[in-house]
Amino acid sequence: MNDAAATVVAQGLRKTFVGPDGNRFAAIDDVSLTVRAGELTALVGPDGAGKTTLIRMMAGLLKPDAGSLQVLGIDLTRDPQAVQDRISYMPQRFGLYEDLSVQENLTLYADLHGVPQAERRERFARMLEMTDLARFTERPAGKLSGGMKQKLGLACTLVRSPDLLILDEPSVGVDPLSRRDLWKIVQQLVHEEKLSVIVSTAYMDEAERCGQVFVFNRGRMLADGAPAKLRAWAHGVTFTARPPEAMPARELQARLIDRPELIIDAVPSGGSVRFIRRAGEDEKQLNEMLHDAPFAPRPEELEDAFMMLLRQAEDKDTKAAAKPAYEAPRVAAVSSNGANCQPVIVVRDLVRKFGDFMAVASTSFEVARGEIFGLLGPNGAGKTTTFRMLCGLLPATSGHLEVAGRNLRTARAEARGRIGYVSQKFALYGNLSVRENLEFFGGAYGLRGKALKARVAASLEQFDLEPSAQSGILPAGYKQRLAMATGLLHEPDILFLDEPTSGIDPLARRAFWRTITALAKSGVTIIVTTHFMEEAEYCDRIAIQDAGKVLALGTPHQVREQAGAASVMDMNSAFIAIVEQSRAQRETKGGAA
Amino acid sequence: MKTMRNFLDSLMKIMALVRKELLTILKDPSGRALLIGPALIQALLYGYGATYDLTNVPYAVHDQSRGAASTELLARLDGTGVFHRVATLTSSDQIAGMIDSGDALLVIGIPSDFETLRVSGQQAPLQVILDGRNSSTAGLASAYVSSIVAAYNQSLGGAPSVTIVRRAWFNANLESRWNIMPGLIAALSMLQTLMLAALSVAREREQGTFDQLLVTPLTPLQILIGKALPSILVGLIQSTIIFLIILFWFQIPMNGSVWLLYLGLLTFTVTSVGIGLSISAVALNMQQAMLYTFMLIMPLILLSGLLTPVRNMPEILQVATYANPLRFGIDTVRRVYLEGAGFSDVAYNFIPLVIVGAITLPLAAWLFRNRLA
Repeated sequence: MNDAAATVVAQGLRKTFVGPDGNRFAAIDDVSLTVRAGELTALVGPDGAGKTTLIRMMAGLLKPDAGSLQVLGIDLTRDPQAVQDRISYMPQRFGLYEDLSVQENLTLYADLHGVPQAERRERFARMLEMTDLARFTERPAGKLSGGMKQKLGLACTLVRSPDLLILDEPSVGVDPLSRRDLWKIVQQLVHEEKLSVIVSTAYMDEAERCGQVFVFNRGRMLADGAPAKLRAWAHGVTFTARPPEAMPARELQARLIDRPELIIDAVPSGGSVRFIRRAGEDEKQLNEMLHDAPFAPRPEELEDAFMMLLRQAEDKDTKAAAKPAYEAPRVAAVSSNGANCQPVIVVRDLVRKFGDFMAVASTSFEVARGEIFGLLGPNGAGKTTTFRMLCGLLPATSGHLEVAGRNLRTARAEARGRIGYVSQKFALYGNLSVRENLEFFGGAYGLRGKALKARVAASLEQFDLEPSAQSGILPAGYKQRLAMATGLLHEPDILFLDEPTSGIDPLARRAFWRTITALAKSGVTIIVTTHFMEEAEYCDRIAIQDAGKVLALGTPHQVREQAGAASVMDMNSAFIAIVEQSRAQRETKGGAA
Repeated sequence: MKTMRNFLDSLMKIMALVRKELLTILKDPSGRALLIGPALIQALLYGYGATYDLTNVPYAVHDQSRGAASTELLARLDGTGVFHRVATLTSSDQIAGMIDSGDALLVIGIPSDFETLRVSGQQAPLQVILDGRNSSTAGLASAYVSSIVAAYNQSLGGAPSVTIVRRAWFNANLESRWNIMPGLIAALSMLQTLMLAALSVAREREQGTFDQLLVTPLTPLQILIGKALPSILVGLIQSTIIFLIILFWFQIPMNGSVWLLYLGLLTFTVTSVGIGLSISAVALNMQQAMLYTFMLIMPLILLSGLLTPVRNMPEILQVATYANPLRFGIDTVRRVYLEGAGFSDVAYNFIPLVIVGAITLPLAAWLFRNRLA
């Protein structure tokens, strides 16, 4: 109460849940924080850090187990309704009524919040203008794109003027363009209306725009402060290394990330590798490791500080931090018939229509053996449809499709036998044990007897899996390992990965890509879809799709050049530039016709 | 040699799928319970609950004659053990009340001149007022009364020239339980297999595991067989449970060949699984699969002849029953069980069953891959 400028004050806050394995765990553990009014505040942290739990407590939807929580000067445990009357809260999946139009949704939420008729006209107009939805007021909400739905959700949340706006991961599952628009709206609100906003996010570039940042990991608050203050943590330890000619950046990155005693983090970016070294470690060793790769200091970013914090917390949790999250697989699959130039995937004039809707329009590309090929695009761009056709889940309307030397139209089962598939959501049998899942899929791929036993044993060891554990209650990271183990069990030529890194924390993502790099090196071809644009840097080549058409196809470097700017530009901006160029072209064409 | 190896390979893949299906059913505690519980409970419920036999008729008497003749007639009624007098009325005003309240199923009115007419050898009318709200029980009760009165007339001498001697074949006492229970061997297990099969693919679609299954080299045919076999097995186990209850608990004698009974059940169950898997392949999620199954089960049972004879239905519905595997399943089981029919006697039942199976099973296999997501 004494701090009039604070919107949220928490003291020793704690909330526990019963996990899927039946044990209690603390989703929020002894958290104390003060959120200042009138500015943008970010809660950042990997999935499962406790951001949503904290936000739901702030919105009065969950009761804390211990500690005190005041929002807008009101004790939440005593009078949650008084708080709810003054805040607006947008959950991760906002409850839009899909059959109602944009306008009807707005009106409905205005009715629910008792917004006086007199204020509505002005408020609606402003919301529709800000979200650029004025053109679509009659369209049913269910027929909007993912990004537009999210914007409508925000508009519905803001039908009244709250004293505090709380947004739970508003940019999850939203393509880069809509993400940018969404943030424009939020920043506009903060600047023009002096609104206090609390937003949770997993994107560091979003946190960078906030006045105050709270970093969470596994229920605990690791750090807090202004982005500049947090950034200073990483001062002097951030570098960029340039790989030698003909070496993909990801291989240099792998070399760096394999030395956790020297290197905190490394990611490929713009053809180089950005890395953070451990302070005070031997200069000589670093020089030795990077003997063929010149490196230079670079300015530190919030992301660097974040990765340092996470790595630090991880080191504390697992005393022996030297071991990588999983061992690089020893895949001996490659039956090297030397035909390295022979493409393993040939796509020619691939078309898929759903009724009148052209989901994929005349797409052609080839993928060579051992290549990592990325499919990128906004939601609904056709990348999932293309992906599903490639792995034989969806028949093509027309066109030629060849996978591992087999025509996918005539020799489907044979072609499928040569590919592995890891889906976005955990898609193995939850009530079977790890071993039973592996044995079943091994059997389905035609492994049996000794060969099956040997492969299952090897996979269990390689991915460090407990064979008798029930698959459905494994922690997320282990579920993904099991999915990978299953996809690789029959030693496929090609591995298909659908959004493999969504929902896992940055450290696990690094480890995951480390496995992928090793797989590609051993000759397995990787086809991957992702919405993390920076992950395109791991790929040899990428295809960017929008509205069913391939807009760009080539190495990340070529794609960046096509986007028009210098090669230092990050993938996210390149993506936005390319999609916008094509949309502008289409509009002028449409206008001329 | 190569075809042999291919066949063996295919067989092993199918067995892997069958093993997985059975594991998923057996590892789920509720799945295990569903295997035996419902069949057991429903068989007992139907056995005791679903009977048309009249064993307790509450009735009231309005006897205005109060003579020896009326007393004797009433004594005969009471002596059956089926008729229980709940009230003796003193005025005709009370009749309506007895029927309306449901206290009595029928009221027997004996006029005051009953005795005099009897003695003078004239026709003496007897009034029976029935509660027609339940027409079949009322009909049965009135038939009972008529036969008792007929027997009474006969005892008075003047024996009628023709007597009907009834011999009900296959069910000597014409117990409706005998009629219904064998049909349950088919009907109850169908409910379960239909549901199990309908949920099997829908569950996988909902949980995302079906995609993972579709990217394996398993062909639609192999998936179909692998999915069908466990459901068929469960269906036959349930049929066996009900069969044993009927045979040993309710002691309805079995006249036919067990082998033929099981051949019929197998064909019937395969067809049911075909319908279930087709539902499953169409449904997007488990909720839809359940809804479709429930929508289908009612007409399947109504048009099966389980409770009401098919030949009593309007012609158009009789035609519709040809598409109903349950009708032929029940007919086969009843005829084999009760009358000991041989294969040639029930062979005609297999034709529609095989036709329905031959349509639904390939349809399901085709839908696995071609259902638009």
